[in-house]
Amino acid sequence: MSITLSTAHSVVEPSSLAKRSAGFIVILYALITMAPLFWIFATGWKTPPDSISYPPKIVFGPSLEGYCNLFTTRTRQTADYINALGPPQGTCDEVTRRREMVIAGASNYAPRFVNSLIIAFGSTFLAVTLGVFSAYAFSRFKIPLADDLLFFILSTRMMPPIAVAIPIYLMYREIGLSDTKLGMILLYTAVNVSLAVWLLKGFIDEIPKEYEEAAMIDGYTRLHAFFKVVLPQAATGIAATAIFCLIFAWNEFAFAVLLTSGEAQTAPPFIPTIIGEGGMDWPAVGAGTTLFLIPILVFTILLRKHLLRGITFGAVRK
Amino acid sequence: MAEIRVQNLQKKFGDFIAVKDSSFTIPDGSFFCLLGPSGCGKTTTLRMIAGLELPSSGSIFLGGEDVAFKRASERDIAFVFQLFALYPHMNVRKNIGFPLLCQGVAASEIRSRVEETAKLLRIDHILNKSVSGLAGGDRQRVALGRAIIRRPLAFLMDEPLGTLDTEFRDLMCEELRHLHDRIKATTVYVTHDQLEAMSMADYIAIMNRGAVEQLGTPQSIYDRPATIYVAEFVGSPAMNLIHVQSSLAKGAKSIEISGAHIAIPETREAALNGHFVLGARPEHVRFDDKSKFRGEVFGTEYLGTTQIVTVTIGQGKIKARMPASARVKAGEQVGLTFMGDKLSLFDNATGLAIKTALHEGAVHG
Repeated sequence: MSITLSTAHSVVEPSSLAKRSAGFIVILYALITMAPLFWIFATGWKTPPDSISYPPKIVFGPSLEGYCNLFTTRTRQTADYINALGPPQGTCDEVTRRREMVIAGASNYAPRFVNSLIIAFGSTFLAVTLGVFSAYAFSRFKIPLADDLLFFILSTRMMPPIAVAIPIYLMYREIGLSDTKLGMILLYTAVNVSLAVWLLKGFIDEIPKEYEEAAMIDGYTRLHAFFKVVLPQAATGIAATAIFCLIFAWNEFAFAVLLTSGEAQTAPPFIPTIIGEGGMDWPAVGAGTTLFLIPILVFTILLRKHLLRGITFGAVRK
Repeated sequence: MAEIRVQNLQKKFGDFIAVKDSSFTIPDGSFFCLLGPSGCGKTTTLRMIAGLELPSSGSIFLGGEDVAFKRASERDIAFVFQLFALYPHMNVRKNIGFPLLCQGVAASEIRSRVEETAKLLRIDHILNKSVSGLAGGDRQRVALGRAIIRRPLAFLMDEPLGTLDTEFRDLMCEELRHLHDRIKATTVYVTHDQLEAMSMADYIAIMNRGAVEQLGTPQSIYDRPATIYVAEFVGSPAMNLIHVQSSLAKGAKSIEISGAHIAIPETREAALNGHFVLGARPEHVRFDDKSKFRGEVFGTEYLGTTQIVTVTIGQGKIKARMPASARVKAGEQVGLTFMGDKLSLFDNATGLAIKTALHEGAVHG
């Protein structure tokens, strides 16, 4: 008796059915995860009544009111007062007057957004810089108790960072780091540096040490060889690490709520505090969130080639 | 170019002695191979000459100057790595020019010297290519180019052909030797492959467990191994070693094995008693039905022009190299003789060769 086997298909390639099902699942998952993002984006372009209407409006006339409200503070005035004013200056002025209000000044969104940029990029830069130097040291030099030190560094991630929120709050208040950008940068750096060391050590381990040795024989010092030879080759790993660090620092909410209130407040704790008349100003919240997503989106798109190579790095020996 | 002199070099990693008390001199302009199995200390020795490891003690003289504890960049040597270590983020031209860039040579001079070097190695047509797409042999040439462009005092090579295919390896062996003959650079070449060492080197140092066992020309090492270890390591198939309990008077011309008297080169050492090892290369074994020293044919390996015949004797198995045309069948009883003037004799206790007439031919070698 013989077993008939079709040999027309490759045994190592997935079948077309498997490929199609995989594609379907990926698209379905993408739709599910993108639905809330779409809702936030849409809400930003609605008027406040549209945003809370029931049943929810899928089709609506777009309005700039959300974006105007996001960037301004407004006061209610009588119709006579508004009529007495000259012609409206710009779209936002016009939109505001339609609600019988006038623009009183700029809101805090722009400075909070700038805080977020400074703190997230600052802490990412610090964490990756410290990480790449210590990872290099762990990878190349004989360090006494290296394994224990690495475990110690990793152990800082073994509990949720927020578990130490109270001691950090007290400590920061004592040494005057509460509500300062420097305080937030140091805090996020401390949280991210362990991740950075571990990720980057993996990448640097993959770079043969012969590269530096060759450069050192050719006349470079170790530091020079590190910058000219190791760093360019670790670029992929550095990019991947930077994205992970940035995403954490950019999105972090709990510490930001606890430790910042004014001066150094970041966008995440600010956005939910945008209140309009009679409750949350949902279009402004939607607008603020949409804008908040843009930097991380751009950063990730710019580095996505590295990111993809970064997370599969070392899986297959080249 | 310069002579390299290594004196009492020692390297310890914790309790492990990687290189123990090695001394040797590499004459100016010679091609010198450090040969040995993995873990014998040959790469560590090379890395100490390069300055990539610092010795625990000892000195390394490079052109008369002791550089043992100097930085690699201060030694004026070039190193070719086993994995070539070509920088993947640079193209061929930049890779070859990199050592000059490190030294701050002017861009125009780098350009002309890169082109000159590339011509010498016949890789001028790939100068602007990325190194990642190159074939093994071309990568090897680029790595060599990066080494020779500096015109250093010495070249150090750590198994540079280890990762190449057999075909390329033979070709590169030839090219390396030609290159050496043209630029006459003192070269230290580390390998575990005895064929590479034999075919290229002017001098070979055989290392074992951190020590140099023998240093000499390829032929002197092959013909007159200084220790049992060298006898076993060099040659394929290895030298036959026949263990024998006997006594040898000074000037003895034969040794008794299983009742047969085997002619040996006349001994030059005082009378000895005990456990000896007789060493015979397979090509120095002959079949002779009249011989009292007998064995049974175990099997044959056909190698084209010759064949290797394995014969079981009382002391184990020995291999003989025969013309391919010789008819030998397994199970056949044969008598064996040896070319007496070519045999080596070792003292089993020390592992060292016993001085015989064989070594008198060594003065010129």
